[in-house]
Amino acid sequence: MVEQSLYPNYPKDLEMVITTNQVNFFYGLTQALFDISLLIPAKHVTALIGPSGCGKSTFLRCLNRMNDTIPHSRVEGEISINRKDIYAPGTDVVELRKEVGMVFQKSNPFPKSIFDNVAYGPRIHGEKNPKRLAEIVEQSLQQSAIWDEVKDRLHANAMGLSGGQQQRLCIARALAVGPKILLMDEPASALDPKSTTRIEDLIGELRTNYTIVIVTHNMQQAARVSDYTAFFYEGRLIECDATPKIFTNPRQKQTEDYITGRFG
Amino acid sequence: MNNTAEKLILFALRLITYAIVLVIGYILFDIIRNGAPALNWQFISGFPRRSGAAGGIFPAIVGTLSLVVGTIAVSLPLGIGGAIYLAEYAEQDKFNTLIRLAIVTLAGVPSIVFGLFGLGIFVLFCGFGPSILAGSLTLACMVLPTIIVASEESLRAVPKGFRDASLALGATKWEMIRTNILPYSMSGMITGSILGIGRAAGETAPILLTVAAFFLPRLPHSIFDQVMALPYHLYILATQHPEADRIRHMQYGTALVLLLLVLGLSLGAILIRTHFRKKFRW
Repeated sequence: MVEQSLYPNYPKDLEMVITTNQVNFFYGLTQALFDISLLIPAKHVTALIGPSGCGKSTFLRCLNRMNDTIPHSRVEGEISINRKDIYAPGTDVVELRKEVGMVFQKSNPFPKSIFDNVAYGPRIHGEKNPKRLAEIVEQSLQQSAIWDEVKDRLHANAMGLSGGQQQRLCIARALAVGPKILLMDEPASALDPKSTTRIEDLIGELRTNYTIVIVTHNMQQAARVSDYTAFFYEGRLIECDATPKIFTNPRQKQTEDYITGRFG
Repeated sequence: MNNTAEKLILFALRLITYAIVLVIGYILFDIIRNGAPALNWQFISGFPRRSGAAGGIFPAIVGTLSLVVGTIAVSLPLGIGGAIYLAEYAEQDKFNTLIRLAIVTLAGVPSIVFGLFGLGIFVLFCGFGPSILAGSLTLACMVLPTIIVASEESLRAVPKGFRDASLALGATKWEMIRTNILPYSMSGMITGSILGIGRAAGETAPILLTVAAFFLPRLPHSIFDQVMALPYHLYILATQHPEADRIRHMQYGTALVLLLLVLGLSLGAILIRTHFRKKFRW
């Protein structure tokens, strides 16, 4: 299943949940991604690293079709999740996004109560039973390691939380929909070191049940939280490998230059 | 040297601001000083007599209020709907540019032209006759640009993060708009719209040909009735009335009531905004 020539250091029996084949992405006439072919293994953390503007966030946003909202943008190639082409005509984007949750760089809780934030997803997907909603909210908040901090003020406005708490709330909100895959776009880049550590710990806990793809600027973070790392440069995928391999003995010179801080 | 220039500029700007306040202050002072003595229960709740030279202005107040309500009922859904389309759905293409050009042009059309348009379309063509319906529709056309522009700004002010988060949670576009855009922008839309409608409430030209009655000392029974209206009544009393020179207090009283009504609308708009701002902070 795993192309051994491309991924010599991946275990042979690794199950790939996301596969992309020669993906090109255009903002109008500007091409942002070139021939990205990448495999993302299930229930592991894959980090996308690279200098600013290398296309890693653009690629991430292709995986739940968030780029659809950008006018005059275009995707070529194939992106499959669980062997289903997500850009095939007739694809239900709502179903896709239920399956593939997303956490953004800037924490963006809604100006509603903590409870209503987490219950937002289940509610729009038709869950009305108050008891069931309360269960989902508690479970999601516990999974994102914020339950103990907010359980006594579930009906307080989420805007009153600290930055780190807001981000964990956003993770809880994403989990409440019941996704299998979680996309994280620099989820800790706006947080202080302590909050960052908590987010990283959380990612460590979530990896047992979720496939996580995380974009990060911070190479130490990538080394700490991820199992596999893909290095992007100028819209191209330069190299993808097991994280220790990328950080100790990359195959490509560009990767090595970036890792060792020679550019970017 | 630079410092002197700074001070001069500051002084000049201040002077200009004071001048504006002074003009408004004088108008208000003049109207209140001359209008307040005329204000009493009989004036507000009574019916006019002798073509408005005596009695009250109750029918004109009711007329203007019903026009305001009618204008809101017609223009808010249309204006807000249009703004949602422009802000959330429309693509930035030539057609969009054309729509925007139309809105800007509409905003620049003189009010008497709206009056004539209303006469042609609503009064004659649609056969509504001079009526609250025709007048409200005409005023609604006039305030539409204000409402659309205010609403669109208010929609665009909602942070992108809320939109992204909604969509990423699997909301459809309309679910996103309904649950995470409209609640936050509603206050701005309503405030901007009411301010626009407040201005329209004081307009004479659009209602002159579509609804306003010269002298009609009774209350309307339906939206197909003609009514008296404050701005037009004031115009009659001040310029067309045979006793114009001897009924200054009636003129000022009417002006004061109109002013209070418009200020009341603005105040209402501000209260709505404060209420919503407290509810949704980010």
